[in-house]
Amino acid sequence: MNLILSAHEIGASDLPRVGGKALSLAALSRAGFRIPDFLCVTADAYRAFLDGAGLRERILLELHRKDLKEMRWEEIWDCATRIRNLFLRNPLPPDLAAALHAAAADRFGGRAVVVRSSAPDEDAPGSSFAGLHESFVNIRGTEAVVEHIRMVWASLWSDAALLYRQELGLDAGRSTMAVVVQELVAGRASGVCFSQSPTEPSQALVESVYGLNQGLVDGDVEPDRWVIDRDFGRLLSHTPAHRPRQLTATEAGVEMVSLPAEIGNHPPLTTEEVLAVYALGLKAERYFGAPQDVEWTIRGGKRYLLQSRPVTTRAQASVGDQRAWYLSLHRSFENLKDLRKKIEGEQVPAMIRAAEALAGIDLGRLSDRDLAAEIRRRWDVNHTWVNVYWADFIPFAHGIRLFGHVYNDRLKPDDPYEFVGLLTHTDLASLERNRLIGALADQVRRRPDLADCLRAGDCLEKAPEFRHALEGFIERFGDLSCSVTGGTQCEGATRPLVKILLEMASRPPAKAGSGKRAEVGELSRRFLDSFPESRRGEALELLDLARASYRLRDDDNILLGRIESQLAAAVAEGRRRLDSDGAAGEDPEALRDVLKNLDFGSRMHPAGQPAFSKGDRVRPRQLTGQPAGPGVAKGKARVVRRHADLEDFAHGEILVCDAVDPNMTFVVPLAAAVVERRGGMLIHGAIIAREYGLPCVTGIPEATSLVQTGDLLTVDGYLGIVTVGSGEL
Amino acid sequence: MEDKESIRQVLRELLSSQKLAVLSTHHSGQPYASLVAFACSDDLRYLYFVTPRTTRKFGNLTNDCRMALLVTSSANQEVDFHEAMAATVVGSAGEISGPEKEVALNRYLEKHPYLEEFARSPTCAFVQVHARTYILVKNFQHVMELHLEP
Repeated sequence: MNLILSAHEIGASDLPRVGGKALSLAALSRAGFRIPDFLCVTADAYRAFLDGAGLRERILLELHRKDLKEMRWEEIWDCATRIRNLFLRNPLPPDLAAALHAAAADRFGGRAVVVRSSAPDEDAPGSSFAGLHESFVNIRGTEAVVEHIRMVWASLWSDAALLYRQELGLDAGRSTMAVVVQELVAGRASGVCFSQSPTEPSQALVESVYGLNQGLVDGDVEPDRWVIDRDFGRLLSHTPAHRPRQLTATEAGVEMVSLPAEIGNHPPLTTEEVLAVYALGLKAERYFGAPQDVEWTIRGGKRYLLQSRPVTTRAQASVGDQRAWYLSLHRSFENLKDLRKKIEGEQVPAMIRAAEALAGIDLGRLSDRDLAAEIRRRWDVNHTWVNVYWADFIPFAHGIRLFGHVYNDRLKPDDPYEFVGLLTHTDLASLERNRLIGALADQVRRRPDLADCLRAGDCLEKAPEFRHALEGFIERFGDLSCSVTGGTQCEGATRPLVKILLEMASRPPAKAGSGKRAEVGELSRRFLDSFPESRRGEALELLDLARASYRLRDDDNILLGRIESQLAAAVAEGRRRLDSDGAAGEDPEALRDVLKNLDFGSRMHPAGQPAFSKGDRVRPRQLTGQPAGPGVAKGKARVVRRHADLEDFAHGEILVCDAVDPNMTFVVPLAAAVVERRGGMLIHGAIIAREYGLPCVTGIPEATSLVQTGDLLTVDGYLGIVTVGSGEL
Repeated sequence: MEDKESIRQVLRELLSSQKLAVLSTHHSGQPYASLVAFACSDDLRYLYFVTPRTTRKFGNLTNDCRMALLVTSSANQEVDFHEAMAATVVGSAGEISGPEKEVALNRYLEKHPYLEEFARSPTCAFVQVHARTYILVKNFQHVMELHLEP
């Protein structure tokens, strides 16, 4: 077993042990290329850790909680997070720890290094794992180096890597990981060179940024780009970049800093340097006998080759595969900060203005023709915002994940979701709505005459001030009879709201997030204390970003709901006119036409129907999903297949649904637990359940068809298990 | 999909791939577990095993025919935790004889030809299990039940 190898000890037959990156660096070193000194922690070391810490089966158990193909990406992210925590928390076997510490100390001492993945699966023909596994730049000290070797091992099980391996049909159970620890050369300028363009074989490409290459690779720093004619070695074009900033190595880690204008006004490379970088790429191509994609840096006038891999793999893999999408699953801090500015500064205010403008139009006064045009216009407005939701709001949720990642790296908690405790108790819009319903229910609880008038439907005469308050609520949040996500299930009545108010009033009030503020303070202090003084500002900024991301995860649906409900109101008005036998209509055809031709379908997954037939019966007993909110609860199931199923929701029932729709959350204060098909720890239902301290299990594939309303359920939010029935045989 | 046919198929494959099952009976409330070589009918309604009439299991079944059988694909390896499946069969059992026995015994011996002498011994009983419910466990903790129509 060879745990650690130097460049001169690595031969061609070592590929399965050292991976393509280390193999290629060793070859380049032997051929006399100027590369930073490195050593390779082999896949044997990875296996020794897995076996020594007993992780092999624990990882497989995690991955086989259910069929990987049935898992949504968010569930895979959850699995990856739990696996990552196993890597962070389990101690290295003493022999392995001693060998790694000694090697890192002997070779690098206190010098800064880059810790990179070199998985044997990477860069195999037809695949490219470039960017899917992690690399860490500017790591100093043996302790930190060993810590980051573990993190690179863990990245073998990242969500993106799992998805990509599944796509390639690779067996996750057989994957291994080698690690390259390489001296950091922090150059003045860095970049990549494709000795042959993946799209135009007669050309080569050079891209460059000031500072570290990671800024370019992560997409945070826009590079200058040059195209070179391969036949004549001539520069064909230069696309300059806007150069306000660069990524630099700091005392520990990296930082994005502003670039002074006198530097930023000039390209990072001169023409001679571009051609010299191309010559380096070409030299690597000639050595390996195939076009190369090389990373390089320039320091003190010397060019260093940082890594080299065949271009063909990247080009081939880009045809029809989803790698680019998997890579987009991770966003850098810088990228998320920019996204936040856009969302909070522009999009959310614009969305509120759009909803208010729509609400200001008196639909009843429009002619049929104008109403038809208005429906079409609202459909377009809604469509535009749904697109913004997918393009920007959903990716912004990565702020929560980035924070979780950093929190777990710093604190290595028992519970990989401890970090969520730091994000809750923010001012979520749905909680605000639930507080207002709670206040209305409180009035009904205290005054039996209000309950009577609600039942009889004559509050307008008997308690006009209460009716007025109720209407104020409806004006702000809708009447709750309409599923905001589809806009097709509105019943145009306050019946669901009335029934829910009466049910709430018959019980003591429920409270969201009570008594946890002190805990949040403690978590927050521990998180910040885990950073050196010099980096606390950055830590606070990350926490603030994560809270904004968490808040938007809830608010975006409410915001979108306000637009959708305006579309729904116009559609309802159109249908009302057509249903009244054309009595009011001067141009019913226009209305009929628009209602027939526009698709008002839901953007959510359709809920299941009961799954059982006559004869032998299949019954679920224990359904496994993802643990999304700790706690245990027992109660009768209320399966919500259509929005109208909510109105019969009774106190102490367990909400079973396809996905907790934001317009569903008003029943959560009545619920004993939440079970949903859609999986993930950070989905809307899980967030709301945690706010109310309810056990929650998500990711049960056929929850709404296997479970029936009235079934006795036990929801184990610790293990992610829902048990059906009392257990009698 | 967790539909009836796919669950039946999984059960059929599991039961035909395994030769041994753990039988659970009781004596005056004291549970008792033992190992039996079993076979199963294609429609999953009946399972069969052979036992000398002098055994505790046979005595227990004579007093109370209610029983359970556990069949598992585990190989006593670590990977069992995520790979193996198990089925618990709940029902009742009793000795059968006559032509009904001959047909079933022949099927049984197709699966366990090495037990011919044992199975045909006059001291052995050929026991038929009438399965009522199957409880199928996979993915470590995922449990589905198949209740057969009486």
